[in-house]
Amino acid sequence: MIERRPFVQKILKNRQSNLRVVSGLGTSTWDLMSGGDDKANFGFIGAMGQAIPFALGLAMAQPDLRILLFTGDGDTLMSLGSIATVANHPVTNLTIVVMDNESYVETGSQPTATAGKTDLEIVAKGSGISNSYTIKNEKDYDRLIKTIYEEEGPSLVVAKCQAKATPLVFPHSFDGSVSINRFMSTLKS
Amino acid sequence: MEGAIKDWRNDIYKVFKELDITMVSHVPDAGHTPLINLCEKDNEIDVVTLTTEQDGVGLSCGAFAGGRKSALLMQSSGVGNCINALALPNICRIPFLTLVSMRGEWGEFVPWQVPMGLGTPKVLEAMDVKVFRTDYKEEVGSTVDAAARFAFNTNRSAAVLLSQKMIGAKQFKNG
Repeated sequence: MIERRPFVQKILKNRQSNLRVVSGLGTSTWDLMSGGDDKANFGFIGAMGQAIPFALGLAMAQPDLRILLFTGDGDTLMSLGSIATVANHPVTNLTIVVMDNESYVETGSQPTATAGKTDLEIVAKGSGISNSYTIKNEKDYDRLIKTIYEEEGPSLVVAKCQAKATPLVFPHSFDGSVSINRFMSTLKS
Repeated sequence: MEGAIKDWRNDIYKVFKELDITMVSHVPDAGHTPLINLCEKDNEIDVVTLTTEQDGVGLSCGAFAGGRKSALLMQSSGVGNCINALALPNICRIPFLTLVSMRGEWGEFVPWQVPMGLGTPKVLEAMDVKVFRTDYKEEVGSTVDAAARFAFNTNRSAAVLLSQKMIGAKQFKNG
């Protein structure tokens, strides 16, 4: 199992200038913010299920950047159809990393479908994202970095991680208009 | 539809071109089909087929963050699928434009279309979406233009309800 917060922080610490990072609501956003305030990040704090379609639109609009989405299994399961949409409107610059802790940690660690019979790597492959794989420990870091920066996407990586609550790390602002405008200031239109 | 035959979808397409709307997402509806076809023939417009309408809200917001304007096309039955997703453009003050082909109103055949047809304007307004409506072909272009400018100039959400009277109610035949 991956310890999610240091794993995310390591990716952020070594980030390249062409990377923009989006996170789905909940723990993924606190993880992203734990790496330090950076205008080149945008974290959801609501609108569950919308992080994947948002990342798709962003990747289509910014083909010269690499787009990385960290999100959870709960967020992903809410919008499984969006994986099919990503697969069929290919964006070579998009990597989706599902931090799969098999539970809704923020609400009391109720098990998600991935704690049962559902495998998001197989869902992604069956949806048409051929570059999909599962990582289970920190030694897969280099493989993931290669996917994020070099491989032809779209890619979906399932990162099996510990289901433990971590301290909340808030973004610069909870006001979405502030967050998105800071993020957009790092993009050329 | 383009060329000799005058069609109100051409007027929508012209607004898209004039306002540089370069991404169009949809869950298809027969009322939108001629417009979808026009957009698919245009190399400057990306057409994204969704599996559920709500994903068009997130897609549209991500595209705007990246510098592209878009529109979501759907049938009134899809509006209900979008409710919570509409929080995203609302709280981020991202312009959001949707064109809704109405069912469940003028001469509807299918009773299952009626509840969401009746609920469509109420649901949109409940989520702070400015609702425009057009009942006549002659006013489609100006209404879509007004709604799009409202959305993109004021960073708000706007919907145009394209009435069933104008689109034409499909009568189903058994067998």
